[in-house]
Order: sequence, then structure tokens, then C-alpha cells
Amino acid sequence: MNFLLSEEQLALVDSVAGLLRNSCDPLHVHKVFDTPGEAQFDAGLWTALCEMGLPAIIVPEEQGGLGLGLVDLAIVAEALGKVVAPVPFLGHALATLAISLGGSEAQKAKWLPKLATGEVLGTVALCEGKCGWMPDQWTLSGTSLTGTKTLVPNAAEADLIIVGTSDGLVLVEKGAGYTTARLDSADRTRPVDNVTFEGTAAEVLPDGLVAIPQLIDAAAVLLAADSFGGADHCVTMSVEYAKMREQYGQPIAGFQGLRYQLVAMALATEPSRGLYWYAAHAWDAIPEKSSHAASQAKAHLTDTYLQVTRDTVEAHGGIGFTWEHDTHLYMKRAMQNWAWLGSPSRHRMRAADMAGW
Amino acid sequence: MELGFGSEFDAFRTEVREFIKAHWPPADGNLKSHENERAFVVAAIDRGYMHRSIPKAYGGSEQPSDIVKAEIIREELTKARAPSGRIPGNGLVVPTLLEWGTEEQKQKWIAPTLRGDIVWAQGFSEPNAGSDLASLRTKAELSGDGSKWIINGQKIWTSHAHKATHMFCLVRTEPEAAKHAGISYLLVDIRQPGVTVRPLVQMTRQKEFSEVFFDNVETPTDMLVGERGKGWNVTRSTLKHERSGISSMTWSLSMFRDLVKLAKEVEVDGQPAIKHPRIREELAAIEGQLMSLTYSTYRATSHDVHDRDIGSFQTMPKVYMTDLAGRISKLARDIVENDFIDMGGERLKWIERFMISLSMSIAGGTSNIQRNIIAERSLGLPRDKSQGATA
Ligand SMILES: Cc1cc2nc3c(=O)[nH]c(=O)nc-3n(C[C@H](O)[C@H](O)[C@H](O)COP(=O)(O)OP(=O)(O)OC[C@H]3O[C@@H](n4cnc5c(N)ncnc54)[C@H](O)[C@@H]3O)c2cc1C
Repeated sequence: MNFLLSEEQLALVDSVAGLLRNSCDPLHVHKVFDTPGEAQFDAGLWTALCEMGLPAIIVPEEQGGLGLGLVDLAIVAEALGKVVAPVPFLGHALATLAISLGGSEAQKAKWLPKLATGEVLGTVALCEGKCGWMPDQWTLSGTSLTGTKTLVPNAAEADLIIVGTSDGLVLVEKGAGYTTARLDSADRTRPVDNVTFEGTAAEVLPDGLVAIPQLIDAAAVLLAADSFGGADHCVTMSVEYAKMREQYGQPIAGFQGLRYQLVAMALATEPSRGLYWYAAHAWDAIPEKSSHAASQAKAHLTDTYLQVTRDTVEAHGGIGFTWEHDTHLYMKRAMQNWAWLGSPSRHRMRAADMAGW
Repeated sequence: MELGFGSEFDAFRTEVREFIKAHWPPADGNLKSHENERAFVVAAIDRGYMHRSIPKAYGGSEQPSDIVKAEIIREELTKARAPSGRIPGNGLVVPTLLEWGTEEQKQKWIAPTLRGDIVWAQGFSEPNAGSDLASLRTKAELSGDGSKWIINGQKIWTSHAHKATHMFCLVRTEPEAAKHAGISYLLVDIRQPGVTVRPLVQMTRQKEFSEVFFDNVETPTDMLVGERGKGWNVTRSTLKHERSGISSMTWSLSMFRDLVKLAKEVEVDGQPAIKHPRIREELAAIEGQLMSLTYSTYRATSHDVHDRDIGSFQTMPKVYMTDLAGRISKLARDIVENDFIDMGGERLKWIERFMISLSMSIAGGTSNIQRNIIAERSLGLPRDKSQGATA
């Protein structure tokens, strides 16, 4: 037993965090967030992250990737979550995983090298209707798709979409004929679209059906990791503010009531780090525990994140309730993490099933 | 990152299992007998399975540090319901002696403590010194010839004082000195005239803790641990051991296992409670919290072994476990319903746990005091003496 990050993993996080410090400070995120019109991702930042090799992390070495695991990807997701990075990481990483797990050799050879460099942008279309996130709720089928998928990350910009169907996973290329409608979603750091297919040509991923649970579990882990990063930052931000802000002639950090609120936030957040690590590790190394751990992580961390962002607003007072402050960027990211892939409540029920209860 | 035990440990697990099988349950079937427990503990120390970090010279088994083996042993002992070798007060005094004791003190006290021949009570709290422990008043004065300390005063809430043979306690030896500087750490034989132990009945109906009165009680000067007037420093290491993460995790895991079993056994609205959506979801939510504690404890332990900074989690396990225990016992309450009020019934254990989970928020430093510590040490909030975080 050796439950720690390796030197290489620490170095990976360090380099990503370094880049983000320089190119993704809060002012920058606000600027992207406030760009008029439909929400957009930050193309410059995404290119820089691609050059650093981010999308290559989970691409096998044969296809020009780094051949690393979900733990590596998840600690990067934590770093992105910490700064609410406005990049299409989630959809792209999941599309890459789907092809890597479910694709034919030809599909892998065709797409993975380009996904690894970021030359091609991928995404995944899972949900149907209001909350049909799980495969038994998917109705689209065959290789000529008709129907609507909801909350698809960056579908408008994507070059390929992996679509979950009742018989597995299929690949749809840009230009195959579908329409996208961008949601006016709260979280403008990660735009989502509803995608309508009308007899759209799709290509089957031969091992797609067996890859679906792994894909869903990976999504759950990445959301959990992003949530940890965000919540952790919110705790730090609130603590720092409390040390600086003065009322009644002293820093508000001196008031025990507020101190206990801050402690409650830290107590909710810090111990959950082990849970998301474990879920990522189980995905890599303990397959029989993976779905249970992933759903637990998704439920616990997205729930925690949303509550911590509420507490963060409270700890900041009036300034925390404004559009100018960072607080709302985090709360809206937390709202999306909470809803995307299904609510904590649904994932707890999934975990209970997986536990064999 | 590696969590599994790996097949190289399978043989070790088998060995531990066979050892336990050969020694427990004891031949005469008496699980409660002190002699049987002692025999098991002695055999387990001999075999290298208990008190592994303690030198052989002091009665430990001095094994190389190996968290996997330690975990396997803990699991197997728990499964077999065999003695763990841990006796509440003893777990506190041994690390203190290792850190602060003289060579003579280590030689004399540690080995019999590990075997359970000596049982220690912790004499810290007093009627007017609880959270603010350093305000304690029980005093010790040197006898005329300087050979012994004479102790007068009162301790309270002293767990299993009625079963203990000795007490490690904090007493005021320098009445003129500042609050924290006037305290010394003494070992006392409490089976002597002048000591009165008056058991108090707890809300669970059990007599677990007592008031202890000292009326000219004597203890030799070589029973002073650390320097005279430096007892506060000595204590801090004791409190640190009381708050270790592993015990929080082990305790929570076993309570949760019982909860799952209960939820499978008991019916709610004509179906097993575990299938009832309200119960099922809360059970999963509790499991999420428990998994957080478990894997963050593994992380902390691994970091410790590799000399990496554990970070802010260090101060958190106790209060986290306390909240978890409260949540577990409340779900058990929701499952057993009417049985929840019947102390003569089959669910007594859960009624007791409902109460005992509260004692955790008090004993060993209240949850508020833990919060003060987290605020200062983990979050780095400015020190505030009026809020009494530990000096
Ligand atoms: C089951 C049990 C076993 C025990 N066993 C032992 C034992 O073996 N040996 C021993 O020495 N003691 C023992 N204790 C005593 C225990 O350590 C004390 O009860 C504890 O430290 C609290 O002290 P108190 O009871 O005087 O409460 P108080 O200190 O009076 O606290 C009352 C309330 O005020 C709060 N409070 C106090 N100060 C602050 C502050 N600065 N900030 C915020 N809130 C504050 C507390 O959190 C608590 O909620 C035991 C207690 C229990 C319940």
C-alpha cells in the first residue's frame, strides 16, 4: 500500500498549475465569462494546454499519447477546477476515452493521434430529456440517428461527437448533419448544447457497449476531481478574505461563529480528497470497485462543492453576492458539476445498487 | 499509487489468521477473562503482531514499520473479535513514556502496561478545568525530605478509574508560576490509602467514569515524567496520540458494517430497510463520508511513512468521525423506530451508540475545541487566546 502521488504526478500537476497561474487568472476567467453572446471556451488557453500534452495523458502510447491513467487525468481536472478553467476538457477527455476503450483499431489510428494533440476536438452526447443520463434511458439507436441529446459539452465547436445509444456508442463527425442549440447555462466556463439528429450518419464503436460503464465512471471521477479543486479554492479564498476584512476593529477571522463556518467548509472538503483519489485509482486498478467508487465520489464531491460555494458567498458578505466577484464563477461551475451526469441523489442510489445492498 | 495488499501479502494474512485461530477464542471459551486476554496479547507480542513500533527492550515486538502488515493484522483481529491489545488509557501513556520517560521509567512501566498487568487511568479533567485544562488546581508538593510528592485535590470524568491500578495525571507543582508553566506530569499508584474513587453513572446507565479524590496521596519523585513544571509539553504529545486518524477510521468502519447489517435485518414498511429509498440513500450518503475518511486516512498514513506533509487533514479525523458516528446512530434510530426507546429490548446496543456518539464530542477535547484547533493549525487563522485553542 502506497496511497500517494508519484514524483511524476506531482510534477505533472505542477506544470499544469504553473501554466494556469500565468494564463488563467481570475480576471481572465471573468473576461471569458463576460464575453457577450453565447458562451465560448478560451481557445488560446486550450491550445496552450494541448501543447503541454494535456489531452495526450490518457491516449495510449501506440497512438502518440502518454499512456497514463485516470489518476493522472483526475489530478489535472482538479487543477483546472481550482481556477474554473474555461476549456473543453471534460467532453474532449471523455470522447478520447470512449474511442480508446471502444473503438476499432482503425478508428483508434484515425482519431486518437489527432485527439492527443488537440488538432481535433471531441465531445460526448449522453443525456436524453431532463435527466436521462444512464444507458437504460437512452433511446437513440442504430447508425442513422434521430432524436435529441441534451447538455452536450461544446457540441457546436466539436469535430466529433461520441453518442450513447441503446446499442452502444457511435461516432458522429462534424458535417454529418445535426443541429446544435446552445443553452443559456449558468456556467459560462463550460458551454453545453442540445443536439438534434435527423437521420444523421453514425459509425459504430465495436466495443462501445462494454465501454459505456467505464465511460460513465470516468466522467463521474473527473467531475468529482474538478469539484474538489473548486471547493478547495473556495475554502482558501474564504479564509484569506476573513484574515483581511475588518469589522468591529478587528479581522473578521477573529469571530468564532465565522471561524466555525470556515472550519465546516474545510472539514467537508479536505477529507473528500481521498475519496476522489480512490475512485480514480479504482478505475485504473480495481475494476470491480470502480462504478461504486465513481458514483460515491460524484455524489459526495459535487454535493459538497455546491454547498461550499454557498458558504463562500456567505463568508464574503455583500461583495460575495456580486457579479464582479469570483464567488459566482465557482458556484455556477458547482451547479453544472452537480447536475451533469445526474444528481448526487441518483448516484447514491447507483452506488447502493453497486454495493449489492 | 497502490492500495491493494498485493499477493505477496497473502501468505502473511494466512499466517496471522492461523495464529489467531490457534489462540482465540480461548480453550475454555471464556472471552471475558482477563487471564485469557493477557495470554493472547503476550503470544501476539511474541509473534510480532502487536505493539510493533515499540522496542523489544520495553516489551514491544519491534517490527519494521509496514502499514500493509499493520492493516492486515488489524483486519484479522477485528474479524475474529480477538483482543486488540489496546486498553484505552494505556494507548496514551506508552507513547508519552517513549517520548519523555527516563530509561528507568521506560524499563519499569512499558512492558507490564502492554501486557495489561498495569491499567492506567487518565487524570486530567477537574470540576473547574475541562476544555481549559491548564486551569487545573490539584496540587502536588514535595515532602520534607524531598523523596516524594504529596498530592491533594480532585479529578473528574476519569474513565475506568475503578478498574485502573495507576493514573497518569497533571498536577500543579509551581503555584507561583504562570498557568501553563506550573504543571507537572506524574504517575501515581491509585490503589493506596488517600485515593477515593467514586464511580459516576453515565446516561447509558453504565459506570464508566469516576470522580477521584486525592487526600495526601504519595508518589515517589522518580514518578515525575519530563521536567518539573513542564507537564504541559508532555501532555501535548499524549493528546496528539488520542487524535490519531487510524483509530477513527477503524472505529467508524466497524460501526458502519453493523449499520448495514441492521438495515438488512430490520423491515420498514414491509421491506428490508436497506431497500427503502429513504434509508438506502442516507446509507449511501454515510458511506460516501466514511470512504472519504478512510482513503484520506490511507493517504495521511502513506504521507507520514514517506515524510511528506499531511496537510490540513491532520487535525480533522476526530471531529469528522464524531459527526459520522452521530449520523450513523441517527440512521439506526430511523431503522429500528419503536425499538429505539426500549432499553430492555434487542436494540439496546444502538440506543447506547446514539448516546456514546455524543460522548465522542466531549471526551478527549470537545468538538468545539477541535474546531478551534483546525481553525488555528490547519487554516492558519490568527491565534485568539480568549477562544482557548490549545496553548
Ligand atoms: C465519556 C467521557 C469520558 C471521559 N474520560 C476522561 C478521562 O478518562 N480523563 C479525563 O481527564 N477526562 C475525561 N473526560 C473529560 C473530558 O475531557 C472533558 O469533559 C472535556 O474536556 C470537556 O470539559 P468539560 O466537561 O469541563 O466541558 P466544558 O469545557 O465546560 O465545555 C462545555 C461546552 O463549552 C464548549 N467550550 C468550552 N470552551 C470553549 C471554547 N474555547 N470555544 C468554544 N467552545 C468552548 C465546549 O465545547 C462544550 O460544548 C471524559 C469525558 C467523557 C464525556
